[in-house]
Amino acid sequence: MFETLASPFRHLGALTINAIWRLGFAARFLGAIVMQSGQSLLRLQMTIREMYFAGVLSLIIIIVSGLFVGMVLGLQGYNTLSRFGSADALGALVALSLLRELGPVLAALLFASRSGSAMTAEIGLMKATEQLDAMSVMAVNPIARVVAPRFWAGVISMPVLAALFNVMGIFGGYLVGVVMIGLDAGTFWSQMQSNVDLHYDVVNGLIKSLVFGVAVTLIAVFEGYDATPTAAGVSSATTRTVVTSALVILALDFVLTAFMF
Amino acid sequence: MSHDPYIELRNVSFGYGKRQILSNINLRIPRGQLVAIMGGSGSGKTTLLRLISGQVRPQSGEVWVDGKNVATMNTRELYVHRRKMGMLFQFGALFTDLSVADNVAFPLREHTALPEDMIRDLVTLKLSAVGLRGTQTLMPAELSGGMARRVALARALALDPELMLYDEPFTGLDPISLGVIAHLIKRLNLALGTTAVMVTHDVHQSLNIVDYVYFVAHGEIAAEGTPDAVRQSDSPWLKQFVHGDPDGPVHFAYPAGTSLADDLSQGVR
Ligand SMILES: Nc1ncnc2c1ncn2[C@@H]1O[C@H](COP(=O)(O)OP(=O)(O)OP(=O)(O)O)[C@@H](O)[C@H]1O
Ligand SMILES: [Mg+2]
Repeated sequence: MFETLASPFRHLGALTINAIWRLGFAARFLGAIVMQSGQSLLRLQMTIREMYFAGVLSLIIIIVSGLFVGMVLGLQGYNTLSRFGSADALGALVALSLLRELGPVLAALLFASRSGSAMTAEIGLMKATEQLDAMSVMAVNPIARVVAPRFWAGVISMPVLAALFNVMGIFGGYLVGVVMIGLDAGTFWSQMQSNVDLHYDVVNGLIKSLVFGVAVTLIAVFEGYDATPTAAGVSSATTRTVVTSALVILALDFVLTAFMF
Repeated sequence: MSHDPYIELRNVSFGYGKRQILSNINLRIPRGQLVAIMGGSGSGKTTLLRLISGQVRPQSGEVWVDGKNVATMNTRELYVHRRKMGMLFQFGALFTDLSVADNVAFPLREHTALPEDMIRDLVTLKLSAVGLRGTQTLMPAELSGGMARRVALARALALDPELMLYDEPFTGLDPISLGVIAHLIKRLNLALGTTAVMVTHDVHQSLNIVDYVYFVAHGEIAAEGTPDAVRQSDSPWLKQFVHGDPDGPVHFAYPAGTSLADDLSQGVR
């Protein structure tokens, strides 16, 4: 009787302890990456190459998603605002929702599933095929040569992608609000300009996306480096990257929002 | 001091988790020698190389290489140790995102400041030594298994290391390439004085080129000796191994017994 009652709690306890262990490992891994970052900065072309894979190849999905999210915001925003007779504020609504929340969060979610998963799979496969071992036997530290350039590439790309997402989203809102529905363009832009504060809204949004960039990329490279070196191990590590990233992004977003706004 | 062995394993025991793989291994490899390690599949030969390269640490015992104990090195010392070492991995382990030329050039670019045209020439030299000149622009995915392993060999040799670890250099090679590679390994050993440890299943080819052979079985050194001693040994187990007879006095299902191992090593010594 006691056993059956206790076992779910025991399971929960084991899960918690395991999660905290991994958090500790990830923190030490971050320390190791930072310690080994000299090369990725000195040999910048290594990091730039990874920025191409992580950042440039994500452009399409970021641009298209940003546009559609902005258009939906325009439709829904107009619908709601016009009920209160304040459809003029559409520009401000679209810009503020994107800059503060949707831009950083959605861009990070997209980045995690497009680039984070790819990083995990690539590093995991390099581990499974002994490429990381071969590198370290050649006296080249794989954290410095493989992990750190990808980490910095992700950290740099994320805010840029989020900013692009915002720009496309605002353009999408403009398309729906001004071009489609026929609101006054001057009102749309001036409302936006007078309601958006550079430090309060823009900078805070950028800080968010920077934090998400660090979190997502760290999860991606850590899961890859820590993957069980088999096909099944790499595939489950890739899944974990996407799931963990999503949860961490949303949780961090709550915490950051509580402190910022 | 020249009689000091270049590599010496003293009472080395190692296991993955709870599974014991090697127990109480002792071996000595003098500087400049070419030594073969043979044994059945899964007997721990690759593990032995991983101990020497410092990829795994023994649970007990000492691994001396060139006067230093690899078992107690920290990360920085390990990287210094590995700078003078080359290793051919059992499955090649080529970098799949780099071309053949970039793979071979990798250690040169990482550890030397040579100008790019000199690196290109060195790469061409190493590739032609393994019979693969002209494959520079291919990607690893475009190579056959045997070609990939020869590229990996060229990469391992790129810095002319003073210690070479070969994990089955002959598998997947046709008879002609096999002869070429065996000759290359021997020539490096003679001309450059490279100390080399070679894990291999190819008894006949390796008995022709090596100075000494260790046989690993059941986690121990089951037999050792010079090629001549091995050929002339009347140990039934060795005969079976050397001639590859499917049926012999020893069955592979035979349970591990120390008396058997003792018996065998007496036959050769
Ligand atoms: N990473 C690992 N984790 C757990 N066990 C392992 C690991 N690597 C090898 N082993 C086990 O250790 C034993 C020795 O492996 P090793 O690779 O040294 O064999 P080997 O002699 O090189 O065999 P082969 O001739 O087939 O290459 C095997 O039984 C294997 O199951
Ligand atoms: Mg092996």
